[in-house]
Amino acid sequence: MAPSTTSALTLNINGEKHTLSVDHRTTLLDALRERLDLTGTKKGCDQGQCGACTVLIDGRRAVSCLQLAVAAEGREITTIEGVADGDRLHPVQQAFLDLDGFQCGYCTPGQICSAIAMIEEHAAGWPSAATEDVRPEAGVPELTAEEIRERMSGNLCRCGAYVSIVQAVAEAARAEEEAV
Amino acid sequence: MRLVDVRELPLDGIESTADGGLRIGATVTNSDLAAHPEVRRRYPALAQAVLAGASGQLRNMATVGGNLLQRTRCGYFTDLSKPCNKRAPGTGCSAVEGEHHNHAILGATEHCVAIHPSDMAVALAAFDAVVTYESADGTGQLPLAAFYLPVGDTPHLETALPAGALITGVILPPAPVAAHSRYRKVRERASYAFAIGSITGALDVRDGVVREVRLAFGPSRPGRGGTGGRAGPDRGARRTPRRSPPPRSAELAAARPLPHNAYKVTLLRNLVVALLTELTEEAAR
Repeated sequence: MAPSTTSALTLNINGEKHTLSVDHRTTLLDALRERLDLTGTKKGCDQGQCGACTVLIDGRRAVSCLQLAVAAEGREITTIEGVADGDRLHPVQQAFLDLDGFQCGYCTPGQICSAIAMIEEHAAGWPSAATEDVRPEAGVPELTAEEIRERMSGNLCRCGAYVSIVQAVAEAARAEEEAV
Repeated sequence: MRLVDVRELPLDGIESTADGGLRIGATVTNSDLAAHPEVRRRYPALAQAVLAGASGQLRNMATVGGNLLQRTRCGYFTDLSKPCNKRAPGTGCSAVEGEHHNHAILGATEHCVAIHPSDMAVALAAFDAVVTYESADGTGQLPLAAFYLPVGDTPHLETALPAGALITGVILPPAPVAAHSRYRKVRERASYAFAIGSITGALDVRDGVVREVRLAFGPSRPGRGGTGGRAGPDRGARRTPRRSPPPRSAELAAARPLPHNAYKVTLLRNLVVALLTELTEEAAR
């Protein structure tokens, strides 16, 4: 019997179940774009260096190019298509629009997904490499521009729109903090 | 052939051991390791080292076990058109005569000068971590210093992990000095890059006297004298005064740099001075 090279699986994406059959080697990124027509998630480097393909897996940011689709079964996957609340944009999306947090826009879906999870990580008290004192007694560091740059360093922007991206992320974080 | 996702194994816990150390499961993600209050409190340099590596996305995906077993990023290792003793034993090392400005100055031999890029391992080395594993024959343990094999003339053999064994976790022995530890990393851009030089330092000062110093350097070829090595403990020494000459370190004296990475000896020596100065000032506060 020839060895099986495909798997049937069900992926839970943006609250909807999708059943498909994939080659074992298919990445989550390729499954999203090529099989499910969810092309908002972008392919930049396809080797985990640029962050353009960032999605949320069980609420945490991850690069979908380094994730096999078969390993994503049973997880809750959120792509850029799923972050808005109907016609109401996610606060991070709105901030990117208001503050011109992009130029060509190709890295933007990844930037936005990454920022959404990053703001939650910060709210949960996670330190970063920019945090002077990581001991829990030191408390949660303020989300300064330096902290944002460090925490968002996994998302590259070839246009160099970083100045506006940092401002947009800071504004979204401030808005979410106020909303709490 | 079967593909198994080992991330689903129930090895994702971090718990205190009876003697006051920590046991960290192999599938704990880098993110969870660096965010854990007891890691940040008792071994802050470990949290800092993990946070200094990769990106937020990758730290969510990377695990302790995978981090220990990651392959080198030496360009010749991945370039199938070039000789490489690690990939194809006996073919030679292209880096010795070629591009090696980021390669190892410690623990390298003429057979291989590749580095192990882990930041985490540099902190684990300073804290005498022990790797635990399980195979069909039962469970076993390897101190980190013995986990990575010396390069010698067999760079293709990287660890002492028995064939078919799975890393189940890492044990950190209790180390009060580790509460006063820091990790510093120098790289070619501000973030999201591998180290060209890094150091974990820990310093225990009481009544103006240094009771214990620990240092571990990275990135290097794993093995004794590389990432796996550390200097100290240096009990009873005087507190390091500011702007003192760099402390003698058997590790750096053993450095064997090549033409394009000799700068790393100075870089690491400067890192030692900077880090010990910082830790000394912190102890004086």
